[in-house]
Amino acid sequence: MRTGIFMLALAASILFAPGAHSASDPATDKLLKSTSDHTKFKALQQDFASGPEVTKACLGCHTEAAKQIHKTEHWKWEYTSPEGQLLGKKNVINNFCTSVASNEAACNSCHVGYGWKDDSFDFTSEVSVDCLVCHDTTGNYRKPAGLAGNVVTRDMEFPPGSGKILKAIDLKKIAQSVAKTSRDTCGACHFYGGGGDGVKHGDMDSSLAAPEKELDVHMDALGLNFSCATCHMTKGHQVPGSRYAPTAQDKGGARVRGKEYKTNPTTCQSCHGQAPHKKIAKLNDHTDKVACQTCHVPTYARGGVATKLSWDWSTAGKMGPDGKPLTKKDAKGHVIYTAAKGDFVLGENVVPEYLWFNGRVRYTLQRDKVEKSSYPTRINHFEGSARDGKSLIWPVKIMRGKQAYDPVNKTLAVLHMAGNDDTAFWTNFNWEKAVATGMASVGTPFSGKVDFLETESSWPLTHMVAPAKDALRCHQCHKANGRLEKVPDIYIPGRASDHAAWLDSAGWALALLTLLGVLGHGLGRVLVTMRKK
Amino acid sequence: MARIYIFKRFERFWHWAQAALIIFMLLTGFEIHGSYALLGWEKAADLHTTAAWTLIGLWLFAIFWHFTTGEWKQYIPTSKNVIAVANYYSVGIFTGAAHPFRATQLSKHNPLQRLAYLLVKLFINPLIWVSGLAYLYYNELGASKIAAIGGLELGSIALVHTAAAFMMLAFLIGHLYLSSTGHTPLAHIKAMITGWEDQDEPAQKSPAGESRARAAAAS
Repeated sequence: MRTGIFMLALAASILFAPGAHSASDPATDKLLKSTSDHTKFKALQQDFASGPEVTKACLGCHTEAAKQIHKTEHWKWEYTSPEGQLLGKKNVINNFCTSVASNEAACNSCHVGYGWKDDSFDFTSEVSVDCLVCHDTTGNYRKPAGLAGNVVTRDMEFPPGSGKILKAIDLKKIAQSVAKTSRDTCGACHFYGGGGDGVKHGDMDSSLAAPEKELDVHMDALGLNFSCATCHMTKGHQVPGSRYAPTAQDKGGARVRGKEYKTNPTTCQSCHGQAPHKKIAKLNDHTDKVACQTCHVPTYARGGVATKLSWDWSTAGKMGPDGKPLTKKDAKGHVIYTAAKGDFVLGENVVPEYLWFNGRVRYTLQRDKVEKSSYPTRINHFEGSARDGKSLIWPVKIMRGKQAYDPVNKTLAVLHMAGNDDTAFWTNFNWEKAVATGMASVGTPFSGKVDFLETESSWPLTHMVAPAKDALRCHQCHKANGRLEKVPDIYIPGRASDHAAWLDSAGWALALLTLLGVLGHGLGRVLVTMRKK
Repeated sequence: MARIYIFKRFERFWHWAQAALIIFMLLTGFEIHGSYALLGWEKAADLHTTAAWTLIGLWLFAIFWHFTTGEWKQYIPTSKNVIAVANYYSVGIFTGAAHPFRATQLSKHNPLQRLAYLLVKLFINPLIWVSGLAYLYYNELGASKIAAIGGLELGSIALVHTAAAFMMLAFLIGHLYLSSTGHTPLAHIKAMITGWEDQDEPAQKSPAGESRARAAAAS
């Protein structure tokens, strides 16, 4: 009996013993989070007059941080693809607001630096690195558009003469509260790509700041509560998982602690491996052809924020009856036209388009020749095929649009949209002037003529991962005109377009003829029997 | 009227279980193919696979049974009487001629039946087995280093499987109809259920076989 109780107690002590890292109260919790309390650092107990002053203080301890940042795409906005194309935000043209060039003061409020307002920006400056934009925890850090990434430390009127006041932020408090990055800090830029909430990606918008499980099973604020960096595991400030160098197919298994990996840690497989379906094993037979996202991101823009699906610049510049720039909204209150930007089509709960993707993306860059034709120009193009052994079927958002180009030189136009000058389109609504300034900023010849051509761009979908119960069901692809109807060169059982028409015709004809034959034979027997009677 | 015991207990069980499974697999199979929606694709695919394994199990038992009992000999083709039987089904059946073949325990199937069933057993069934298993284990085939099977496209496998299914469907239609050509329309079906077949005239049969059959039926 005694032994029994002892054994029970022993078992209980093993079962209920706290884990090595568990804390017993909130104070301990907080203590165990970090070895540093930034409010106690002398260097941070001062009133900062600018962003770079804060950075200088940070670098006092984190001596190599800026050098690490200098090596990132977040800093350089430049990336050379394996095919040798010079990409990155600094260089590409998209079919949203089109380009950073000539709009630096506005666009670069999302740069992890201070003061990139034109080509004279010093990319070797350590104090120009912005630590706070990623490490703020107060939620009060702001980099207003138009200030080239700088922050406001004294209330100011901006744009000058507009009567609008930009409020100062308390850099001291923000600097003393720094910690790890969060969905909020990453989201401050990445949720708003393309010039507004959810505009660009469709699978990233402000609804992911604190999502429910149905919206994203990993970032579920009351569940797993992943931050962006849980998957985008940084190493020396290098953030993996850029869509400029995507991993379309990861053939590796789930990662094990202690092992060294050189591959992209953001893939689903890096945690889930190749055979993640335990209950319905047949599903694992799909993982060599179908990206996880195809079934597990059933629709995008699911969080209540609409994404832009098309954008027609050619209609921009209309004035209302009052002579002021026109704005139109749809029944839901979404803006579908502005004089500054033209016509939009927006969507929520959008069904993706699907294609073979091998991780290579080819871009139409500013100096590439474009031609007006019955096909849209592909601003970027996902390569892949059923047979290259490197592709999976991926869900994508295809952004369609009409944008300015030079019909004589046949190049995409660089638009000078924002700025307090005479040529900015948003000031004057004059295409020729805006394009002339834009083209001059990148040193490309401009004929003086502006026309519009149709363009398409592709965006991989990988966030907004739904719980298993909301993943695609078999019949959504295994049928005629299903989700994967347009994906070529693969046999999908149930997809009528894969059938050998001759076999179906011959087969049913055989069955029908047999039936007619036996019916005729039977009828003959019945008639003979009746005649006999 | 004479009665003879033709179909033994296992044989009858095998026949009807197989019939049910084949009809069910045709139904679910053509749904998977995309010909119609009935149970829903997921359920159809799931049940089709379960039924396939059941049928394979049943076939293994049946093959074992056929060889241990010697019943496999029932399917040895014979040229004797083929023309006469063909003649009966195309002409005689309408003129009231007697069937030129009489079933016995040692020879249950008329020469045309022998041929038809042999075709099913040696051609359609293996085609379905092999293509069906290749369909199920397509990924494993691809992963194997054997070029001859690793290079098979799922489309080709599905094509063979579907073709075999159409053949099975045609067989089923013919088979169902021909079951009505006994001396009464339900005679053959009754025999397949009870094992006993009524015959118009005393059949030429081995007395030993008869008594053994009766003993078996009584047990």
